Amino acid sequence: MARYLASRLVSLLVSLAVASLVIFAVIEVIPGDTAAFMLGLNAQPDTVAALRAELGLDLPRSLRYLAWIGGMLTGDFGVSYTYRVPVAELISARLQVSLPLTLYALALSTAIAIPVGLIAAARRGRPADYAIMGVTQLGIAVPNFWFAMLLVALFAVTLRWFSAGGFPGWEAGLWAGLKALTLPAVALALPQASILARVMRSALIETLGQDYIRTARAKGLTEAQAIRAHAFRNALIPVMTILGLQFSFLLAGAIIIENVFFLPGLGRLIFQAITQRDLIVVESTVMLLVFAVILVTFLVDLAYAAIDPRLRR
Amino acid sequence: MLSIRDLSLEIAGTPILHGVSLDVAPGKVFGLVGESGSGKSMTALSVMRLLPQGARLRGRVSLGGTELTALDERQMCAVRGARVAMIFQEPMTALNPLRTIGEQVAETLVVHGAAPRGEAMRIAREKLDRVGLAADRFDLGRYPFELSGGQRQRVCIAMAIALRPAILIADEPTTALDVTTQAQILALLESLVREEGMGLMLITHDLAVVAGMADEVAVMREGRIVERGPTETLFRTRRHPYTRALLAASSHVPKRAALRSAGAPPVLEVEGAVRDYPLGRGAVFGARGHFRAVDGVSLAVGRGESVGLVGESGCGKSTLARAILGLEPLQVGAIRLEGAPVDAARGVPGALRAKMQVVFQDPFGSFNPRHRVARLVAEPFHLVGRPPDWRDRVAEALQAVGLKPADMEKFPHEFSGGQRQRIAIARAIVIRPRLVILDEAVSALDVSIRAQILELLADLQGRFGLSYLFISHDLAVVRAITDRVLVMRAGRIVEEGPTEAVFAAPRHGYTRQLLAATPRIPEDWLAEETRHGA
Amino acid sequence: MRRLPVQMTLGAALSAVFVLAALVSFVWTPYGVEGLAIARRMAPPSLAHPLGTDHFGRDILSMLMVGARTSIAVAIVAVGIGMGLGVPLGLLAAANRGGLIDEIVMRGNDLIFAFPSLVIAILITAIAGPSAFNAILAIGIFNTPVFARVARGGALSLWTLDYILAARVAGKGRLRISLEHILPNILNLLIVQGTIQFSLGILAEAGLSYVGLGAQPPTPSWGRMLAESQTMVSLSPHIAIFPGLAIVLMVLGLNLLGDGLRDWTDPRLRRAR
Repeated sequence: MARYLASRLVSLLVSLAVASLVIFAVIEVIPGDTAAFMLGLNAQPDTVAALRAELGLDLPRSLRYLAWIGGMLTGDFGVSYTYRVPVAELISARLQVSLPLTLYALALSTAIAIPVGLIAAARRGRPADYAIMGVTQLGIAVPNFWFAMLLVALFAVTLRWFSAGGFPGWEAGLWAGLKALTLPAVALALPQASILARVMRSALIETLGQDYIRTARAKGLTEAQAIRAHAFRNALIPVMTILGLQFSFLLAGAIIIENVFFLPGLGRLIFQAITQRDLIVVESTVMLLVFAVILVTFLVDLAYAAIDPRLRR
Repeated sequence: MLSIRDLSLEIAGTPILHGVSLDVAPGKVFGLVGESGSGKSMTALSVMRLLPQGARLRGRVSLGGTELTALDERQMCAVRGARVAMIFQEPMTALNPLRTIGEQVAETLVVHGAAPRGEAMRIAREKLDRVGLAADRFDLGRYPFELSGGQRQRVCIAMAIALRPAILIADEPTTALDVTTQAQILALLESLVREEGMGLMLITHDLAVVAGMADEVAVMREGRIVERGPTETLFRTRRHPYTRALLAASSHVPKRAALRSAGAPPVLEVEGAVRDYPLGRGAVFGARGHFRAVDGVSLAVGRGESVGLVGESGCGKSTLARAILGLEPLQVGAIRLEGAPVDAARGVPGALRAKMQVVFQDPFGSFNPRHRVARLVAEPFHLVGRPPDWRDRVAEALQAVGLKPADMEKFPHEFSGGQRQRIAIARAIVIRPRLVILDEAVSALDVSIRAQILELLADLQGRFGLSYLFISHDLAVVRAITDRVLVMRAGRIVEEGPTEAVFAAPRHGYTRQLLAATPRIPEDWLAEETRHGA
Repeated sequence: MRRLPVQMTLGAALSAVFVLAALVSFVWTPYGVEGLAIARRMAPPSLAHPLGTDHFGRDILSMLMVGARTSIAVAIVAVGIGMGLGVPLGLLAAANRGGLIDEIVMRGNDLIFAFPSLVIAILITAIAGPSAFNAILAIGIFNTPVFARVARGGALSLWTLDYILAARVAGKGRLRISLEHILPNILNLLIVQGTIQFSLGILAEAGLSYVGLGAQPPTPSWGRMLAESQTMVSLSPHIAIFPGLAIVLMVLGLNLLGDGLRDWTDPRLRRAR
C-alpha cells in the first residue's frame, strides 16, 4: 500500500511540476511587454521600466518561475494587472461558483448513470436495454451549451420555474444558490451521464462474462445476487477511470456553460482576462484547472486501491 | 443418485447433445471423457442449468428423486451449490479477485440461508482446513491473488463442498495445473468422495486420469456417449472403435529412424547459461532485485537427435528456449549453434538464425490472421533472402507436412487446430534448419491429433536430418519422441540421461516425484491389443 | 460476410448527408451567406427558406451547409494530427515496453490528459488570438494521447502473441514487425477510435466557437450560430434549434457508425463471419 501510494504521489508531484513549466513557458513566449500594454501607448519609457521592476518582469526567467511557484504554494498568486487586486481573491470568489457547479454536475451524472447502467446490463438484449441505449446515444450527441439554451427557453422563459441566469451568491442562502446552479448542472450532467451509463453497462456485461460469475452462479446465487455481490464492484474499476476523465470534461464544460447562464465563475474570469491580456490571471487560472485535473487523477488512483486488494499489498 | 436420461440439447438451433444417459452414484467417481467439442462440459452445464442463452434442453435429470428439469430458475438456485456443486478448469480466474477467500467460501452458506455470517465464516474455516489450506498460512482474509493455482482450486473445492452436496461435478479440474499439483488435487477429490459419500462426476480429456480415479467411465464423442462401463472392463475390452482409437492414440509411439551420427560435433551447445529478470522496484528509488529464471544450464543436442526438456510451469524452460533462439540475452554463459556463438546482445546474423526455427504451443496465436499461408510459411526466408522459386519451396514444405500446395492461398482461420500446427511446422522447415525447437508444440491438441503430429515430426526428422529440442510438461509425449531427456526445476537441470533409462530408473528425487505424480493407464489394461480387433 | 448492422448503415447515411452538404456548399448554396437582408430577418421556415432566416436575414440552410465545412474540416484535421502523432508514439512505446521511450510516451500522455482541450485552446488563444486554426491545434493536441493509448494498448496485446515471436525468429526487427504485423491488426481499433474522436471534435469545435475561441466571423460555424442566436431563443426558436440539431445529428451519425464498426470488427464476433 505504502509503495503504491508513494509511487502515485511522486507521479502527482512530477506531473504538477512539468505542467507548471509548460504553462509558464507558454505564457513566456507571448509577444509584447505586459507593462507597456498595461500603461497604454503613450506611456513614458521610464514609467514602463518602473512598472516592470514593480511587477518583477526584469528578473531572469528562472527566478520569475520560482517566484510564481513559490507564491502559489503560499497562496500568493500575484496581482491582477487589470483589476489591481490579488489574483487569489479573484479566483477564490469565482471558484465559489465553478467548483460547486462541477461537483453538482458530477453528483447528478453519477446518480443517474450508475442505476441506469445497472438496469441496462441486467436487462441486456431486452426492450429496456434498447431504450436506454437509444436515449444515451442521443444524450452523448447533444452539445451541453445547446441543451442549456433549450433548458433556459423551457424552464426559465416559458415555465418560469428557474431564473434564466445569474447567481445570487451563497449569502442568499444555500437553497437559492443551488437553485441557480440547477439548470447549468443538469445541462452539464446529462451528456456525461449518458457516457457513464454506457460505460457502466458495458463494464458490467464484460464482468458478467467472467469465470468467477459462473462460479458464483454454481454456488446458487441468482443473477441479481451475483451482480450485487461480485460484478458491481469489479465493474466499478473502469467506471472510475471514466469518472476521473469526466471531471476534467465537466470542469471545461462548466467554463462554457457559465456563458449561457451569465454565472460569475472561473470561465467568465478567464475569457475576460484573455481579452484584456491579463496574463497573470490566465496563467494562474489555467494552473489551477490543471492542478484540479491532476489531483482528481490521484484521487482516482487512491480509489482503485480502495477497491482492488492487489494494489494494496 | 444423479440420473440423466435421454438428455438432448440444442443451442440456437445447433444440436449439441443427443440422448445422453448416465448415473452418478454416491461415494463413487464417474468419469466422463472425450476430446474437445464432444459435449462433456455441456452435459455438466445442463445438469446445473447454467446454459448460454438460446439453449433448449430435453430429457430428464433427476437428483435424489427431484426432477431438476421441472424446476424453475428460482428453485434451481436453491439446488445449485447445496445439492449439486461444480468446480471448473481455470482456477486463476474462477475466484472474484476483489473478495477474500473466507467471504467467498462463506457465501455458499449465507446465500442458501444455512448459517448467519459469523457462523458461516467459522464453517468456511473448517472447510478450508479440510481441503488442506491450514489456518496458519491461509487466513480467511487472504485474497485470491496471494494464492497459487493449486491453492485457488482448493478454495473452489472448499466452496463447492461447504454444504456437503450429494453430487460434485468437476470439469477438467486439473488441466490447468502442473502434474504434481494435479496429483494432490485428484487425491483430495478422491478422499472427499470416499469419506463424505459424495458422488463425483469427473470430466476430463485425459484417459490416464480417469483410469486412476473413476469407478465407472463414459466415452463421449460428438454429443453422444459411445461407450460406458466399469473403468477396468471398459479399458480392457474397448468395444467401441472410437474408444480403441482414443486409447491407441494416447499411448502412440511414433517409429523413428536411428539417424544419430556418433562422434559428429553437436548442433547446439549451451554452456552455463544464466538469465536474470529484474523484479519490480522495492521502493520508488530503491534498488531492483533479480529473479534468476535460468541458472547455470548446460546442454548439447547432437545432429539428428531429439532431446526432451521437461519441467513444470515457471521452471525456466521457455526462457531457455527464447535465449537459444537469440531473442533474449544471457547474463552468463554461452550458446553455440554449429560452433558459432548466438549472442542476442550483439545481434545474431541472419545466416546463423536460419539454422534454427521454432514451433509454438498455440495453434491460434501463431499466425498473423491477415496473411495468407504462402506469406506465413515464407516468413523465415527473410533471414536468407527470398529465393526466386520461393513459392515452389513453400508448396514443397506444405506437402511435406501433409497439406496441399493449393492451401497456400488460404487464410489461417480456414484451418483446424491440428492443421494449423502443420502449417507452423511447414514454416519451421521451409528454410531447412538444423535445429527445430518445439515449445509445447503438441500440448494444446487433442490426443488423436497429437498422435498424428508426433508421427509427422518423427517422419520429418528422418527425412531432413533435423535435430529437435522438445520442450514439454507432458512426460508421456517426451517419452514417446525423444532420445535423451533433461529434467529442469527452478532454473536448473536436475537430471539428464537417455530417455528410457531416466524413465525406467530415475535418479533424482524430483524426477521420481514427477513420474509418480503422472497418471498412467496400467500396462496390463492395454495389453492384448488384438483381442477385439481381430 | 455478415449482414451490416442497422445502426452502422444509419450512422453512415447520416454522416454522409453532412459530408455531402459540406462538399456541395463549395459550388452551390440556396442563398449567399455573406449578404445581409434585414427585410427578411428572422423569418420562420417557409418554402423559400426551408429552415428560416437568422437575425441578419441570412438563409439558415445555407449557413448550416457552409458551417458543416468548418466543423468537418476542423474535426478531420484534428483527428489527422492525433493519429499522425499518436499512433507512431503508441507503436514505439509498445515495441519498447517498459523501456525509457515507453515511460516518456506514457508520462507525456498523462501530462496532456491534464490539459482539457478547452484549456489548451485558452492557452493558444492567449498567445496567438482566436481562430479556427487554434481549434484544430487544441483538439489535435488533445487527440494525440488518445490515439497513442489505443495504439499502445492494442499493440501490447499483439506483442505477446506467438506470431510476433515467430517473426522475431525470422530475424525481423521491431520497426518492421510494428509495421508489418502490428499496425494492420490494430487498424480496426484505430478506425473506430478515429470515428469517435471525429464526433468529439465536432462537439469540441462547436463549444470553442460558441465561446469565441474557434472560427471567427465571417466564417460560418455551427457553434457561433448558436452563440448569436442565444438572445433570440424565445423570439425565434428556429434560429437556435436548427444549428443545434445539425450538431446532434452529425455527432449521432458518427457515433452510430463508430459503434457499428466496433461491433462489426470485434474479434470475438469475427468467427461468425
